[in-house]
Amino acid sequence: MNTNKAEVLLVEDQPAAVRLVQEVLKENNGNHNLYVAKDGVEAMAFLHREGDFALAPRPDLILLDLSLPKKDGREILAEIKTDDDLKRIPVVILTVSESEEDILKAYRLQANCYIIKPIHLKRFIEVIKSIEKFWLDTVTLPPE
Amino acid sequence: MCSEMSGKPVDILLVEDSAGDVRLTKEAFKESKLRNNLYVVGDGEEAMSFLRREGQYADAFRPDLMLLDLNLPKKDGREVLAEVKSDDNLKRIPVVILTVSKAEEDIMKSYNLHANCYITKPIDMEQFIKVVKSIEEFWFTIVKLPPNGAKG
Repeated sequence: MNTNKAEVLLVEDQPAAVRLVQEVLKENNGNHNLYVAKDGVEAMAFLHREGDFALAPRPDLILLDLSLPKKDGREILAEIKTDDDLKRIPVVILTVSESEEDILKAYRLQANCYIIKPIHLKRFIEVIKSIEKFWLDTVTLPPE
Repeated sequence: MCSEMSGKPVDILLVEDSAGDVRLTKEAFKESKLRNNLYVVGDGEEAMSFLRREGQYADAFRPDLMLLDLNLPKKDGREVLAEVKSDDNLKRIPVVILTVSKAEEDIMKSYNLHANCYITKPIDMEQFIKVVKSIEEFWFTIVKLPPNGAKG
C-alpha cells in the first residue's frame, strides 16, 4: 500500500488555473505532492519517464484538462486507459467543456470522472477542495 | 451543472447482499437533500438483469451511478464490473466499488477493470454513513455525470 504522500499530476496549460490548484492544495496538510505538465506531450513524457522526466514519480492521481497544446487531453486519456501499465491510475477530467460529446466520449474512454471547471473563483476553489477530499481522503487509490 | 438543479431525481443502483449495509446506505440517502431513487439488488445476477432490463426488470431505469460490493452471491462483483465495463452500452455508467476488502489484488484488479473508484467500507457505522454521504456529494454535486439518454 502507498503509505507515503500521494503523487498528483496536474495537466493544465492555463497558468492561472495551475496557480489556483497549487494554492488550494497547499492550504491543506500536505498529504500529497503536486506536479504540473503544461501540455499533452509533457504529460506523456512524465508518465513514461522520458527525457527530463526520467526521475518522475508515478502519479497516484491525474487531473487532466481536455484542451491542451501539442497533444489533446482526449488523446492522452485514450493512451493512458489503453496502456496496461498506466490504465489503473485514476484520471479526473477537469475542463471548461460542457459539450455532451466530450462528456460521453470521456466516460467511454474510461475517465474516472468528469468535472466542469466553474467560472466563478469561489466555486472553483470548492471544487478543487472536493476533489482533494474525495480522492485523497475517501477513496483507496491503486497501489503502484 | 448538477442533477440537483435540473430537479429530476437521480437513480442509484446499489448491489449489496448485506442487509445491514443496505439499511445504512438507505438511511444515508434518505437524509440527503438530493432527490434520489435508490434501487437495491442482492446479487450479481440480479444486477445484470436490472442493467439489461430483463425479466422483472423490463422497466428498470438506467442508473446514473452504481454502488457495487465485490463479494456477492451467484455472480461476483468483479465479474459484474468486468461485464459492465466491457459492454458498449453500459460502460459509461460510473461504478463505485464499496467493499470490505482491503486486498491489494482487489484494488488493483478493480482499477484495471476501470472501476471509477474504489472505497473501503468503514466498519464503524457513523463512518460508513459519512462515506456514503461523501460519495453522494461528490458524484452528484461536483461531477458531471454522463448523459443518460436511454431513459424513459
